[in-house]
Amino acid sequence: MALASVLQSESVDFSNYGRQRRGFASGLTETELGLESVGGDSLSFALRTSCSNGDGPDRKIEFLHGTTTLAFKFQHGVIVAVDSRATAGSYIASQTVKKVIEINPYLLGTMAGGAADCSFWERLLARQCRVYELRNKERISVAAASKLLANMVYQYKGMGLSMGTMVCGWDKTGPGLYYVDSEGNRVCGDLFAVGSGSMYAYGIVDSGLKQKDLTVEEACDLGRRAIYQATYRDAYSGGQVNLYHVHSEGWTRVSQSDVLMLHQQYQAEKA
Amino acid sequence: MEYLIGIQGQDFVLVAADNIAANSIIQMKQDQDKMFKLSDKILLLCVGEAGDTVQFAEYIQKNIQLYKMRNGYELSPKAAANFTRKNLADYLRSRTPYHVNLLLAGFDETDGPGLYYMDHLSALAKAPFAAHGYGAYLTLSILDRYYRPDLTRDEAVDLLKKCIEELNKRFILNLPSFSVRLIDKEGIHDLEKLMPVGAK
Repeated sequence: MALASVLQSESVDFSNYGRQRRGFASGLTETELGLESVGGDSLSFALRTSCSNGDGPDRKIEFLHGTTTLAFKFQHGVIVAVDSRATAGSYIASQTVKKVIEINPYLLGTMAGGAADCSFWERLLARQCRVYELRNKERISVAAASKLLANMVYQYKGMGLSMGTMVCGWDKTGPGLYYVDSEGNRVCGDLFAVGSGSMYAYGIVDSGLKQKDLTVEEACDLGRRAIYQATYRDAYSGGQVNLYHVHSEGWTRVSQSDVLMLHQQYQAEKA
Repeated sequence: MEYLIGIQGQDFVLVAADNIAANSIIQMKQDQDKMFKLSDKILLLCVGEAGDTVQFAEYIQKNIQLYKMRNGYELSPKAAANFTRKNLADYLRSRTPYHVNLLLAGFDETDGPGLYYMDHLSALAKAPFAAHGYGAYLTLSILDRYYRPDLTRDEAVDLLKKCIEELNKRFILNLPSFSVRLIDKEGIHDLEKLMPVGAK
């Protein structure tokens, strides 16, 4: 029904932005593309299309988060790759944001949407996971952790939370990857990309994963390449590529590569 | 976007649902199961708003199971359908209505097979065949034309295939695969997934 809501709504109309902007006085500043910036301090990765009904957060349609994050399962675990750019409208607020949240030594969460929402709820999830561990004397499964998160945010559905995250980990059933968002979606899968650059990333990873049996090195290169390609095309993604690998012993931080360096490297390889 | 269909025969109910989990214009998952097993002989097919579908269906599922634990016997499909509808109705005028469309299919020892159509406005109708989604506009007429109450299992599957071929031909969105299940007095049976070949 997500597409239905996009098709039915008249608010997917960029021509409204100019008009909207002029109406604002001081106070809540809303940048051109609808990014929320309260008090000048907190930034969000969420793009909000302007609503013409004045119903407030109820009618908000978020189909863009200014970021690119991806994760995919392969033979030796899960690769998680993210960019590190934060934007407020057309202004690049930061190129060094950490979009991977380390929930515990064997669970990772990615961040897309509202930075505060993501980090707060995932910290809360970390707490719940620890409580589970203490109560049951065993590690929580990725399915259970993602269900906890999904149920928590479902209570706030429609109230304006903005969060699109992937919960990645390794439990006794092997590698686990779940996509959870503030809409209430919770989907298990082998590959997800979230954010405004996600479509570009899907193109690279889908074609790269066709040949099964990637080595760890190849999988890392694929993840890195996909984020790079997304940052090349998407204005709201950039900075560095942070790469993590989740395996049976937990997660490892593989690399942090500047996108411009990668650009030089790939151009040189082409030549 | 999402499509559900149910066809009732003399002693069985055939149901099918598409397998795509979408988010805006992206297919996030191509093997999503939209059917929820309420009991040994009752299936709930649920589509609608993200989050609401799973939360509502699991809520109904757990409550049906709780009834069995408390009372020692299961709710009949008719009772389960009415229970589901009542929950939808109760939440309809609250601040958090469930925006879901449902098909409930079941087999009762005394009443036989039953297919119940429910929508997000909490309507309930027992019907010989039913469908949800944009695809329903394309396929209900096919069902009207070719349905007979005395369909055999194979004929019902052929009718289902006809509907899916029509979707494949005329529906703008690509729905590459459908889960199919059949309920009869023996219980719920998984049939082969239907994957329409490229449009002619």
